[in-house]
Amino acid sequence: MTGSPRLLNDAASRWLLAGLGMLILVVPLLNLAVPETSPFHLSTYMVSLFGKYLCLALLALALDLVWGYAGILSLGHGAFFALGGYAMGMYLMRQIGSRGVYGNPLLPDFMVFLNWQELPWYWYGFDNFFFAALMVALVPGVLAFAFGWFAFRSRVTGVYLSIITQALTYALMLAFFRNDMGFGGNNGLTDFKELLGFSLTSAATKNGLFVGSGLALIAGFLLCRWVVVSRLGRVLVAVRDAESRTRFMGYRVEHYKLFVFVLSAMLAGIAGALYVPQVGIINPGEFAPLASIEVVVWVAVGGRGYLYGAIVGALLVNYAKTWFTGAFPEIWLFLLGGLFVVSTLFLPRGVVGLFGQRRQPPPSAATGGNN
Amino acid sequence: MKPLLLLLLALTTAGAAADSGTGVTMTADGVEARPVDELMLALGTASFRDKEALVIQLAASGDTRVPVLLQALLDGTLYSDATTGAIIATPADGAPVPLAGAAQADAPTAAPRTDDLRKITVNNSLRSQLRVLIAATQLQNPDPGVRRQAARTLTGNARTTLLPLLDRALAAETDAGARAALVTAQASLHLASPDPATRGAAVAALADTSDKAILTLLEQQAGTETDATVKAGLARAITDLRGREQRFAFVSDLFFGLSLGSVLLLAAVGLAITFGVMGVINMAHGEMIMLGAYTTYVVQLLMPSHIEYSLAVAVPAAFVVTALVGIAIERSVIRFLYGRPLETLLATFGISLVLQQLVRTIFSPLNKSVITPQWLSGSWEINGMLSLTYNRLYIILFALAVLASLITLLRKTPIGLEMRAVTQNRAMASSMGVRTGRVDALTFGLGSGIAGIAGVALSQLTNVGPNLGQSYIIDSFLVVVFGGVGNLLGTFVAAMSLGVVNKFAEPLVGAVLAKILILVFVILFIQRRPRGLFALKGRFVED
Amino acid sequence: MLETGRHLPTNILYLEGVTVSFDGFKALNELSLAVAPGELRAIIGPNGAGKTTFMDVVTGKVRPSAGTVFFRDDIDLTRHDEAEIARLGIGRKFQKPTVIESLSVAENLELALRGERGVFTTLLRRHAHDAREQIDAILARVGLAAQRARPGGALSHGQKQWLEIGMLLAQSPELLLVDEPAAGMTDRETELTAQLLREISGEHSVVVVEHDMTFVKALDCRVTVLHEGHMLAEGTLAHVQQDERVIEVYLGR
Repeated sequence: MTGSPRLLNDAASRWLLAGLGMLILVVPLLNLAVPETSPFHLSTYMVSLFGKYLCLALLALALDLVWGYAGILSLGHGAFFALGGYAMGMYLMRQIGSRGVYGNPLLPDFMVFLNWQELPWYWYGFDNFFFAALMVALVPGVLAFAFGWFAFRSRVTGVYLSIITQALTYALMLAFFRNDMGFGGNNGLTDFKELLGFSLTSAATKNGLFVGSGLALIAGFLLCRWVVVSRLGRVLVAVRDAESRTRFMGYRVEHYKLFVFVLSAMLAGIAGALYVPQVGIINPGEFAPLASIEVVVWVAVGGRGYLYGAIVGALLVNYAKTWFTGAFPEIWLFLLGGLFVVSTLFLPRGVVGLFGQRRQPPPSAATGGNN
Repeated sequence: MKPLLLLLLALTTAGAAADSGTGVTMTADGVEARPVDELMLALGTASFRDKEALVIQLAASGDTRVPVLLQALLDGTLYSDATTGAIIATPADGAPVPLAGAAQADAPTAAPRTDDLRKITVNNSLRSQLRVLIAATQLQNPDPGVRRQAARTLTGNARTTLLPLLDRALAAETDAGARAALVTAQASLHLASPDPATRGAAVAALADTSDKAILTLLEQQAGTETDATVKAGLARAITDLRGREQRFAFVSDLFFGLSLGSVLLLAAVGLAITFGVMGVINMAHGEMIMLGAYTTYVVQLLMPSHIEYSLAVAVPAAFVVTALVGIAIERSVIRFLYGRPLETLLATFGISLVLQQLVRTIFSPLNKSVITPQWLSGSWEINGMLSLTYNRLYIILFALAVLASLITLLRKTPIGLEMRAVTQNRAMASSMGVRTGRVDALTFGLGSGIAGIAGVALSQLTNVGPNLGQSYIIDSFLVVVFGGVGNLLGTFVAAMSLGVVNKFAEPLVGAVLAKILILVFVILFIQRRPRGLFALKGRFVED
Repeated sequence: MLETGRHLPTNILYLEGVTVSFDGFKALNELSLAVAPGELRAIIGPNGAGKTTFMDVVTGKVRPSAGTVFFRDDIDLTRHDEAEIARLGIGRKFQKPTVIESLSVAENLELALRGERGVFTTLLRRHAHDAREQIDAILARVGLAAQRARPGGALSHGQKQWLEIGMLLAQSPELLLVDEPAAGMTDRETELTAQLLREISGEHSVVVVEHDMTFVKALDCRVTVLHEGHMLAEGTLAHVQQDERVIEVYLGR
C-alpha cells in the first residue's frame, strides 16, 4: 500500500458523492421548477429540513474523523457545533440592525431588554460576514486546541477523555444559559432577518442554504478522505489501535490527536454555522450533553471509521427522528435509547458494515487498543 | 419620645409612680399591688402607649394567664367584650378562653356574643415588645431548653424594665446553659446602664459570647458610648467577636462543604463499585439514583400516615428495586460488552434515556414532592453564630455509614471476597469454582443498589424528577477518577475535598466558574497523577 | 563530551545506580549496567526481577527516582519522552506482540520506516521512492512477504512477533530492546528468531529480555542476571549458570 492511495479509490465513497451531487441538484429543482400542484413538488419546508440534515451529517462526519480514525470518542462535539452556530447567530443578529423590536441600531433586542448600554467587546466585528465566517471555524478550533492541548498531553484517553468532553459541553451549557454572558441566555439568538442581504424567509435563500450545506458536506467529505488516505491517516489508525506502540515508533501521538481534533472541531463549527440560518435559532440547548451524544449514535448506527457511514447514519437517524417525533413523540426517546443498545450489541460496524466491505474496521476500534 | 417613655416605664417598675388612667398603686419593692385582672381589663380601653406599660406589668406579674394573653394579643386574637369589658382570647385552633372580667365569672353559661367583641389592636412597636415579653414569661418555663431560648430572645432586645425579672430568673436558674444565656441577656441590658462601671462589666461579660446579635449590639453601643474605658473595652470585645464570627463562618462553610461532599460520595460510591471495581462505564448510574428517589416517593404514597418512618422503609426498598434493575441491565446488556468500555458507555447511555422516558411516562415529567420527616427538618443551634441543619448533618452520617458498610461487605464477607477475586483475576477465580457470571451480576447489582440508596438521601435535598440523575453523573465520574479507580478510600477523600473546595470557591468565583475550575483542576491533576489520588502503582495496573 | 553520533561511543547504553520505586516497592534497586555498541545482550531473571521496568526506564515510559541513564555516552534518556527516545534511535518490542491490527503488514512496516514524523509531513508528503524496496527487503527478512497485504490483526501470534521485529528493523534503531520475543513461538520459529537477532547485532545493539533458557543459549551472548531490581551476575551463560547466587535464586528457597 505504499503506492498512491487515491482519494476516491473505493466505490462506496464514489456512490456517496454521486448521491449527494444528485440531491443538491434535484431538491431545488423539485422545489422551484416543479409547480406546487404537481405531486413531485417539494415544499420549501422540506428543503430546509433536508438542508438541516446535511448540516447534521457534516457534524457526524467531523465526529467520525476523530472517533472512527483516531479512537477519540468525543461526547462534546455538540459544543463545537453550537459555537459555530453562535458565531453565525451573532452575525445574523447584527444584520437585524434597527429592525428589532426595540429598534436599537447597535444592540440586539435581548441586550436592550437587559438594559445594556453598549455592545460587549466580543461582539465587535460580527457585523462583518467574513469576520464572522472566520470565527465560525476559529472559535471551535481554538477551544479544541486548548482543550486537546491539556487532555492529550496528559494522556487522558478512552472513557476518561469521553467523560471530560462531556463535562466540557455541560460547563459551556451552564455558562451560555446565563444572561450576563451576553449571548441571549435561555432564549439564545433568534428572529434573524437576512444573510448577506438575502431574506431568510425567501424560498430562494432557503434553496441557496441547502445547496451551500450540500457543497460544504461534499467538501468536508473530500477533506476528511484526503486526511485519512494520507500517511497521517494511517498514523491515526495506529494511534487508535495501539497508542503506546505508535509512541514507541517515534510518533508524537498527542500532536496527531490534537491536529485531527482541531480539524474536526472546525468542521463541526462550520456545520453549526450552516445549520443556524436554516432553523432560525441557536440556544444553549445545543450544548446539552444529550445533543452531543446523539451525534455519536448517528455515527454508530451508520458505521464508524468509513466517513460515508457517518453521513448515512446521520441522515437515517434524523429522518427517523423527524418522523417519530411527529407521529409518536413519547416513544422517540425509547427508540433512541434502544438504538444505542442495539447498535452497540448487534451492529458493531453499523448499517454500512452490513453490506460486505473489503476492508473491515478492527474489532478494537472503539477501545483504542491498549488503553 | 422613646427615652421619655423608657423613663416613665422605669419609674413604674420602681414603684414610684402610678398609671394615669386607672389610679392604681404599687408597692415599694416593685411587685405589683394592682391585681392582674385589673391590668388585663384596662387593656380593653387603653391607648397604644398605655398598652405598652400594661403588658410590661403583666409580664412581670408571673400570672399563669399572662402567656396566653400576650400570645393572643400578638396573634390578633384577643378581644374585649363591648358590654361587659371582659377580656377573651379566641385562639384559631380552640374554644374562646375568657381571661378576665365578667366573662370569667359566668364563663360556662354565657358565651360572649360575637358582635359585642372588639379586637384589641396592636401596632408594630407593641408587637416587637410583645415578642420580647412572651420570651420573658417563658423564663419560668419548666423546660430548660425553652428557658435558654427565651433568654436568647431577650438578649439585646429587652427594655431595662425587665432587668428585675431577669435577676429573679437568674437567681432561680439551675441549668448551666440557661444560666449562661441569662447572664448574656442581663449583660446586654446592662449596656444601657447609666453607670460606666456596670457598662464596662457588661461589655467584658459579652466579649466571651458567640452571637451575631451581640456583635451588632456592641457595634451600636460603640457608636454611642462616651466613656473612654468602656469604649476601649468595646473595641476589644468587638474584635474578639468578629474573629470568632469568622471562625464560625469557616466552620459553617466547612460543614456545608462536607455535606456537599457527602452527597457526592453517596452518588459516586456506587459508581466506585461498578466503574472503579468492575471497570464498567455505567452512564445509567444517575438514573439508578433517580429510581431510588422515586422509590422514596412511592413508599411515602403507600404509607401516608407514617411519613416519619417512611425513610426507614425507603432505604431497603430503594436498594432492592435499583439492585434488581441493575442486575437486569447487567445480564441483558453489559455482560456482552465487557472489555469494550466505549460501547458500554453508549449502551448504558441508551438505557439511561429509556429509564428517564419510562419514569416520565409512568409518573409524568413534572417534579414530585417527597416529604421531609420532622426529625430531618430544623437545625442544631450550637450558638448564636453557628447552626447546623439536621438534614445536612444526617446526610454526612448516612454517607459515612453507607461507605463503612460497603467496605465491611467487601472485606469481611464471602461474597465480598468473591467480588474482589473476580475483579482482580477473573480466570483464576473462575478456575477455583467462583461463578463469575453470578458475581458480576451481584457486584453490578450492589453498585446500582447503593445508587438507589443515594437516591433516597437526595430526595430529601433536591427535587425528584426524571432528570435528577443527570446532574450527578458527571460529578460522580470526576470523583471516582480523582480518587483513583478502584479505591473506596480515595473516593471518600475525593468527594469530600471536591465538596469543600466547591463550597469555598463558589462565593469567590460563582457557581459556573467554580465548576469549570474544578474540571480544569481535575484534568491537570490527572496529568500529574494519571491514576488518581490513591493509585495502585506497579506493573499490573497497566492491564 | 565531545563525541557525537558519528563517532563510535564507548557504551551504547549506560545505566548507573538506577532506582525505581512504586510505593516503597523497589522495582529497580541501584541497577548499573553497560551495553557496548553492536553488542547482543540477554537479560534474564525470575519474575519481578525488574526486567520490564528496566525497559520502561530506557524507553522513557517510567522515570527513575534516582540514577542516570545515558544513551551513546552523552544523551540523558531521563530527560526525554517515549517518542523522542524512539527518534533518537531506540526501538522496543513489547512482550505481548502489538502491531496495528487494522493496517496491512506492509502499512505497519511503512509506519515504522525511518523518516520525518511530524504531523504535517505525514499529511502532505509521501515516503521516499525507495520505501517500497526497503519494505520488500524487510518482509523477505522476517519471512512475511506472502502476508504483505493482510491486516496485522489477521496474523498468527508468531507472525505478529515477526512483524513487530520487522517494524523494529524498519525503524533501524541503534539500540533494540526486545522483550521475550520467543514467547508463544514454535521451536523452529524460536531458532529462526535467535538467528535473526544474532544477525542484526553488530549492525545494531540488541538487548533481549528472556525467560526461555534454550533461546538464551541459542543467542550465544553475554548474559546479565537481574534479581530484585539489581544485577546479580554477568558473563557467559555457562558462567552465570554456575554462580551460586543465581542457582539459589532460580532453584533455592
